[in-house]
Amino acid sequence: MADFGGADLDAFRNEARSWLEANFPPSLKGRGGMMYQEGLPPDDADLKTWTRAMGETGWGTPTWPKAYGGGGLSSAEARVLQQEMGRLGAWNPIGGMGVMMFGPTLLEYGTEEQKQRHIPPITRSEIRWCQGFSEPGAGSDLASLQTKCEDKGDHWLINGQKIWTSGAQWADWCFCLVRTDTSRKHEGISFILIDMKTPGVETRPIRLISGHSPFCETFFTDVKVPKENLVGPLNGGWTIAKRLLQHERNSLAGGAGSGARGLFGASPSQAAKTYVGVDEQGRIADPELRARIAAHDIEARAFALTAMRSMAESRSNQGPSAATSIMKNAGSAVGQQRAELLLEIMGHQGLGWEGDGFTPEELTAVRTWLGGKATTIYGGSYEIQSNIISKRILGLPDPLSNASN
Amino acid sequence: MAVLTEEQSMLRDAARTWTQEKSPVSAFRKVRDSGAELGYDPAAFAEMAEMGWTGVIIPEAYGGSDFGYLSLGLILEETGRTLTASPLLSSALAAASAIILGGSDAQKEAWLPKIASGELVATLAVDEGAHHAPEKVALHAARSGAGYTLGGAKTFVLEGGAAGLFVVSARTSGKPGDKEGITLFLVPGDAKGLIRKPLKLADSRGAANLTFEQVQVGADAVLGEEGKGWELLEKTLDRARAGLAAEMLGAALQAFETTLDYLKVRVQFGQVIGSFQALQHRAAKMFTDLELARSCVEAALTAIDNDSPDTPELVSLAKAKMGDTLHQVSNEMVQMHGGIGMTDAHDAGLYLKRARAAEATFGGQSYHRDRYARLNGY
Repeated sequence: MADFGGADLDAFRNEARSWLEANFPPSLKGRGGMMYQEGLPPDDADLKTWTRAMGETGWGTPTWPKAYGGGGLSSAEARVLQQEMGRLGAWNPIGGMGVMMFGPTLLEYGTEEQKQRHIPPITRSEIRWCQGFSEPGAGSDLASLQTKCEDKGDHWLINGQKIWTSGAQWADWCFCLVRTDTSRKHEGISFILIDMKTPGVETRPIRLISGHSPFCETFFTDVKVPKENLVGPLNGGWTIAKRLLQHERNSLAGGAGSGARGLFGASPSQAAKTYVGVDEQGRIADPELRARIAAHDIEARAFALTAMRSMAESRSNQGPSAATSIMKNAGSAVGQQRAELLLEIMGHQGLGWEGDGFTPEELTAVRTWLGGKATTIYGGSYEIQSNIISKRILGLPDPLSNASN
Repeated sequence: MAVLTEEQSMLRDAARTWTQEKSPVSAFRKVRDSGAELGYDPAAFAEMAEMGWTGVIIPEAYGGSDFGYLSLGLILEETGRTLTASPLLSSALAAASAIILGGSDAQKEAWLPKIASGELVATLAVDEGAHHAPEKVALHAARSGAGYTLGGAKTFVLEGGAAGLFVVSARTSGKPGDKEGITLFLVPGDAKGLIRKPLKLADSRGAANLTFEQVQVGADAVLGEEGKGWELLEKTLDRARAGLAAEMLGAALQAFETTLDYLKVRVQFGQVIGSFQALQHRAAKMFTDLELARSCVEAALTAIDNDSPDTPELVSLAKAKMGDTLHQVSNEMVQMHGGIGMTDAHDAGLYLKRARAAEATFGGQSYHRDRYARLNGY
């Protein structure tokens, strides 16, 4: 990939390189993925130092405006920063839903006061946000949500239940969709911010098939919310929600693409050599399995190449690439396929749940396989993504013409 | 779509305009219905040559424009869309690549300008059976006098009826399956003892089986080095495979778009059938695979232009993924059109037949999946 830019960018590259070399703790090199498996970050002094340093420069949110604590970098500079971080094995400790979804949305739709209050703590990773969207009766059909929000004059009163709230048990704040008008579906939804410490907010972690509990049920019982916490107009929340969901999909797809081949964890062909063995020519001994591994690797490579192509196209003056729309389905399919293959390759060793008799890789394989089933359900299910491609890209008629997602 | 240079965009636009106006599917249908043995329209090919398409990868010193393989791929994508039949792939890409990569100055001087101008059709004669297996060369070449005598047979030679020059893989030592001992020869179409048997294939393109009965060639017919032809052959084939994959991409895109148009107009149960989710989700899957396949095809062509060391695996990736995608899309084209798609009057059958022929040429999906695995060390 060509490096664009001239002398200015070179100067920034030097600045970024020396700053990173001075500030990135070598002990954290290449450990980005491992430190954020689930829940809160580990209590690690180097990680705290690194997070503080990145928060102070604003480079954890490199393209956000400086006025709100962002890095104020151009997208070209942000790419240089990313390249330089990659060169060092450094990674961005500032993340989560505040960065991926809520921040960009609030920057677009929030009032000046809301931005001043909520954006800077996100850029320093001081406040953790969770997403109050799905409800027991509102999954793929999100706009059928029922959590009630009443205008009580000097405050809003909220009653209802959310589900699949990622990290709600650790979150400080929740950006939430609530119903402010029961007579209309999409036009009766508002976007509101709730302090999770408010009386009446209760979270219950949900134990998943993987044994992990990354999601919660969140209950709101007579929760009082200040009037100024409404984002955008009353009953105008659906537009904001759609924009936020775009940020979510982009981050899911972009995150999936940036890791290219290393993204999906252990290599099935390497694992097969160990668990199944090789023939005299060095080929995986089971030819049928070998063929399926090759087919999988081809899909994974095609996906990684498409991620690169879509970034290159968006970057050039051709505007957003049509390829972006396929990334979530293609990426989740590859990830699930890989997890299934690894499990099959490991045989019974890949079915260990805990304890002795299994390597850490084997125990990870089974949890990854189970946890990965969520990737075709969250962020717009596989079927919803197919609907979106059909409707928005291919121009086919909406089979649910009374709905609009 | 890859990020293109201005020249590439112009080339693609020109190719799109010409194929849509001068060489729509109806033109291919006319060639087929005429029963002409060549399998293409020489007048149309002359027009393509006049526009410079036959010289896109040929160096300027030999009458070409040296625009590269991605550029030629853009043209092949457009000709693939309308099923335009021509020796562009076999001659201006495959055979030209062999001579560019392995030819002496004299050989380049003798043949490349003629390929670039379109006056000569050249082609590869590589396979000897029903399946692509370039190392299983049995056709033998024995030294005799100052030159060689060739004996044996070649199968499914693209444009085998039209070609005036064959790039022939022959065995100068070893046994079929050995990579050592393969030598490439340039054999003129009028060589004594070279017998062509034209084939009628389902896709109606020009192809022939060849028999070599004591065919005499001079020492100057050797392309590259005697016995060391394998690497040159593989590099040549990878260029041909990538070019064919680009043609297949065009065919698959058009098959998909034609089908999508039909989904928007065909009414059953009082609504267009494109409103049915069962069809929508299959369409979305095809679109997804087409985007993935495009990335592979463009990556392979770009790797060739950059002489990148991972070219072989990217080419096998492209041929395998493109083959699977075209296979699926061509089947869905017939299925989603229903009865009309089964008629000869509709184009669906033409795309289906071309799809299978292109899949089988220079290695099908299972060949390239196996090769991808081998190249990745498993």
